[in-house]
This record gives sequence, C-alpha cells and structure tokens, in this order.
Amino acid sequence: MKITFPHLGNTYICVKPLLDELNIDCIIPPFNNREALELGTRHAPECCCLPLKINIGNYLQAYKKGADTILMAGGCGPCRFGYYCELQREILEDMGIDMKIIVLEAPYGNVWELVRRIVKLTGAFNLPKIIWAFKNASRIAISVDKLEKLCFKIRPRELNKGETDGVYKKFRTEALSVKGFRGMEKHIAKTFDELNSIKMNKSIEPLKIGIVGEIYTTVDSNTNFNIEARLGNLGIQVDRSVTVSGWIVEHMIKKALPLPRDMEFAKAAYPYLGAMIGGHARETVGNTVLYAKNNYDGIIQIYPLTCMPEIVAESILPAVEKDYDIPVMTLIIDEMTGEAGYMTRVEAFADLLESRRNKNTGQKAGFDLTLRSGNI
Amino acid sequence: MNKRVGIPGGLYFYKFYPLWESFFNELGMEAVTSIPSCRKILDDGVNASNDEACLPVKMYHGHVIHLKDRVDMLFIPRLTSISKNEYICPKIGGLPDMIRHAIKNLPPVIDVEINLRDKEKSILEAVYKIARISGISKNKAKSAYSKALSDYRAFREKVKRGVLPTDILEKKIYPLPSKRIDTYKVLLLGHQYNIYDAGMNMNIIKKLKNKGVEVVTIDMSSSGELREYASTLNKKMFWNFGTLAIGMINKCIRENNIDGIVYVMTFGCGIDSFVCSMAERRIRKFSEIPFTVITLDEHTGEAGVDTRIEAFTDMISWRRADENNFSAPG
Repeated sequence: MKITFPHLGNTYICVKPLLDELNIDCIIPPFNNREALELGTRHAPECCCLPLKINIGNYLQAYKKGADTILMAGGCGPCRFGYYCELQREILEDMGIDMKIIVLEAPYGNVWELVRRIVKLTGAFNLPKIIWAFKNASRIAISVDKLEKLCFKIRPRELNKGETDGVYKKFRTEALSVKGFRGMEKHIAKTFDELNSIKMNKSIEPLKIGIVGEIYTTVDSNTNFNIEARLGNLGIQVDRSVTVSGWIVEHMIKKALPLPRDMEFAKAAYPYLGAMIGGHARETVGNTVLYAKNNYDGIIQIYPLTCMPEIVAESILPAVEKDYDIPVMTLIIDEMTGEAGYMTRVEAFADLLESRRNKNTGQKAGFDLTLRSGNI
Repeated sequence: MNKRVGIPGGLYFYKFYPLWESFFNELGMEAVTSIPSCRKILDDGVNASNDEACLPVKMYHGHVIHLKDRVDMLFIPRLTSISKNEYICPKIGGLPDMIRHAIKNLPPVIDVEINLRDKEKSILEAVYKIARISGISKNKAKSAYSKALSDYRAFREKVKRGVLPTDILEKKIYPLPSKRIDTYKVLLLGHQYNIYDAGMNMNIIKKLKNKGVEVVTIDMSSSGELREYASTLNKKMFWNFGTLAIGMINKCIRENNIDGIVYVMTFGCGIDSFVCSMAERRIRKFSEIPFTVITLDEHTGEAGVDTRIEAFTDMISWRRADENNFSAPG
C-alpha cells in the first residue's frame, strides 16, 4: 500500500513524518502546478470548486509515481469539501484509475467506522501510538505555522531582498526528504536559526495587510500565486489567521473530542453573520473585524470561484469595510486566472493603502517609494 | 388592521409557501407575496446583490425589493437545515445577512433560524421565536403551527398525486394538449426554485407541456421513499436536495418508466455542480435514459433554451419511433 494525500499548503510537512512514524509508505505528489490543475480541470465537473480540481491533479500525478491509496479528510457540510471524497472516488473510478480512498472521519458520529479505517491504514489499532503520533504531528504543524509567520515579519524588513524566500523555499523542498518527527523537528529548528540570522532594518514600519478567505486558496501558496511572499517583498507585512495547524487542532481534533474551541472570530462576526453557514465564512468576517480593530491597513479576501460560504462573506464585507473604515479587496481564483492581471490588482491595492496612510499621517500624498523598501 | 407579513416569492417559496401562508394567517396577520419573477425583479435583484451570487439568490433580492415598501414585516427565515443530519446551502443559511447588507431601508425582518439538523423538534423553538417577535402567545402560535402543518400536508398530498406545486400556488392548470398520442414522461430535476419559477427558467414547464410532455418532479415522490433509494450511496449526502435527487435518479433507473431527464441548474450553484455530476454518472452508467442539462444564469437567452428543449423532445420521440422499427429477420 502506497499512500498519497492532496496538497494543502504545508500540510505535507506534518503528514509525512506522521506516516513515517506509523510505518506507512507514502508518496507526496509534486507541489501544486499548472499541469495538476489542467489534469483536474479536464476530468472534474466544470462548475466544481478549484481545490477539487487541483486534488484530482495531485492524485493523478501521485498515481504516476506509484501511489495506490489516497488519504484525505472528510466533513459533514454544508460546504462541498465534505463530499469531495465521494465525487473524487467516482471521477477516478470512471477514469479507470485504480486507487482506494481512505477518509479520516467518523461519519455521523460513528467512531467504530473511524477505528476500522485507521486499522486499514496502519494495520493495527495501537491507540497510545496513534495518539502520540497525532499529538506530535499537530505540534509540528503548529511550529511550521510559527515559522511561516516569522517569514511574514522578516520579509518586509530584510536588507538583502529575497533572502527569506530563499531560506523558506529550501526549507519546503528539503522537508520532502526528511524522515520522522525528530528529523522534521531538527529541520524546523535549523530553519528558525537561519531565519533569525537574516539581517533586518528594524526601523521600518511596514504596511499591514490581513489575508482572509477560503482555507485552500489562502493557505496554499502555489495556488494563490505566492501572494504572501510577493506582498512581503513589496514591503508589506501580512498576517493570516486561518492556518493548517488551526484547521487540524481547532477544526478536526477539538471538534472530534468535544473540547472548547477558540471562538473569538465568531464573536467578532456575530453582528454581521449570525450563524455558522459552513466553510470559513464566519472566520472571514470575524477576522476582518479583528484585523480592523488591530489597526491593519487593509484586507485581502481570496476564494475559489463559486465557493458558497465565501460568497456570503463577500456580500457582508462591504458593511465591515464601512463600519471600520478599512479597505477590503476580493480576489477570486479559478483555472482561468492570469497571473499578470492578478498581480496588477494586488499592486494597485498596495499603492492605494500606501497613499491612504500618507494622507492620514499628513505626509504628502502620492507614491513615496522610499517608504516602501521593497521597491529599491 | 392586520399586520402584513411579506413572504418573498423566491427560493423556498415553492416548497413552503402554503405552510407559511397558513401559519401567518392563523396568527391573525396577512401573508403577502411578491409578484411572479420577471425582468424587473431580476434586474433589481442583480443590481442589489453580490456579483458572485447565484441566479435564485439574485432573484430573491429582487423579490425583497418589490415587497419591502408594501408590508409591515418581512419573513426571511435562516434555513440552515430542514431535515435531520442534512443542510440546505450556505447561501440560504446566510440569506438574512446577505439581504440586510445589500438592501437598505428594510422593514423589520423575521429572521428566525430553522435548524432541524440535530433534532426535528427544534422547529417549535422557531415557532415560539416568531410568536415572541410578533407579540403573540406561545399557545396560539403552537396551534397556528399545527393548523399550518396540516394545510401543508394536504398540499404535499396533492403534489404527490402528480399536481405541480405551481399549479396549486397559481390556482390554474396548464392542461396537456389533448388528443396527442405520443405523450411521454420527463423528469424535471433541480432545486424547486429553479424548476418552478417560470420567470427564471423561461417557462420550462409550459414549454415541455406544449410538446406533449408530462412533467414529473422530485416532489411527487415521498421523501421517505427517495431516501431509501439514496441509501446505496457510499457516504450519505449532507444536502437535503442532493439526497432526494440521487434517490429520484436511482428510482427512475430501477423503475425504468421515465422517457427523459432534464436537469435545470444555475451557474455557480455549488450543490448542483456535485449532484448533477453524480446524477449524470449514474444515468449514463446504469441506464439508457436520455439526459440533458440546462444551465441558467442572468444572461440566459430564451431562444437557446427553446432550441435545447425542442432538440431534446424531438430526440425522445424519434427514439421511440425507431425502437419499434425492427429490421426484418434473416
């Protein structure tokens, strides 16, 4: 049995050691790329959302490398993600691709079914070991997200432009061949050291942009055209509240074992969106409010075309924009999105935020490029 | 004077209007609905709503705009779930919030949440909330609800006997052109608000009937039966419409008494994108029933819909003619 799993940003960095420790062979599909998207677009229904198409591409590319089983997460709606497993199973079946799908979920609270699936995956049900493995995997996910956030901080301030990108890219590529939790922890610690030794201009007060939206397109840098790195290199500090570790810890583990969850975003969203409607709509609205309260300069919402929950969020965001006087821009990604048009909008938004800040601080309006270190 | 409660004529109007109308009338209020969907309603809706929203949601915005100055209150419930373990759609769950932020100067909105996902009894909580908002005693509300429920059940019985809900709601019946020998049955599949809203789907039902087609819809089967048929699914679908649609497809394939299936979907509908694909895979794999998809959006041209319906019905009648035309043996 050779396991593969779909990409979601840096998820592979915590899933790979998890499978290593449970002695399961795994094949990581190539990072999300144009070919994967084209393969997925060809075989998936036209109107389904982008992540499903890229997932199909991931599976087909992993299948070529020898994978025969897919490991993925499930859900119970109303967002479409919860039914990905079934539609994808049928798509692969109709293509004549012989791949099994193991969905890690307890369907309608049926814990025994989950146990049965774990046994199928690991060959035995060694509960202490599984708990230990999941605990370590979530710890790694959390430190990878910390590392990512450190990059967000360093990028606008670094003296040698591109240094952070180089370290981060090397970290991601090398992580593909690291084995086990110990190895991955060492690899992460080494990268932290490298990042901390990057020379920075600490006097810069960069513009701050919060990124909100659907989880796949915000977290996966290969899908959103590396927006965080590009904004960072324009001299802007970004932040993103929805993270892979947050999804694993808050969404999957805490929901499975009824533990209290961090619901600050829901409180913030309540005046605008009164209920859970699936996906990350409530996170999008709530985090926009929280960023606005924390004096961020602007918000970028990203989501794949036809994403149902984010459409609701998008139609509510203008109210937040007005109440808190914070500019919000929405970027929608699908297989037809062109990089040039996309980046033009991002740069125009950055310019807008900068001239807005200059106006507010009484400096001369216009594009004072010296303020933005990234352009030099 | 009685208070006037506005019930916009879109989305779940076609499923629940008899229930809601009877409920508010029993409470001593006057249930008022908007005019049937038309170009004006659509244009108003498109201008008010988010670009990315689907056609039925845009149309609903238009209905709200039409109603808002004619009534004392608007009834826009937050329909999270109308059946156990199932949801409807994120956009319908967030509808009151979308409307409130898109349309200004609204009258008071009754936006109670109806969520039967965990337990079906929680409908009473919603009923009590409506009573509290409109200053009516709990008991009166409860008895009004049970009266409304029995009216709704009578409506459902009529539909199950094969009467289209639109015929009941509009109190008129489009008869089939009589004396046509080759009438056949076509299953019109899709969300209620897509297949019954004549202003949105360019009168698809009437067009089919003029071609001598008897239109069958999901509502004509009991949901219990359809759920039984849908139980072959590997993982239960968590959308109410999806479960019923797949059940209906399985039923048609098993009973083999349908001559064609037309799936009406709207561009950008997340649920349709999945359900349509799964339905099509089943029909193509396990049956030879002709199948076509008509996708609607605010730009749909009527001529295109006409052409596709004509081509589809022609194909069915030719197929029927040729099926009897066996070549001579030997």
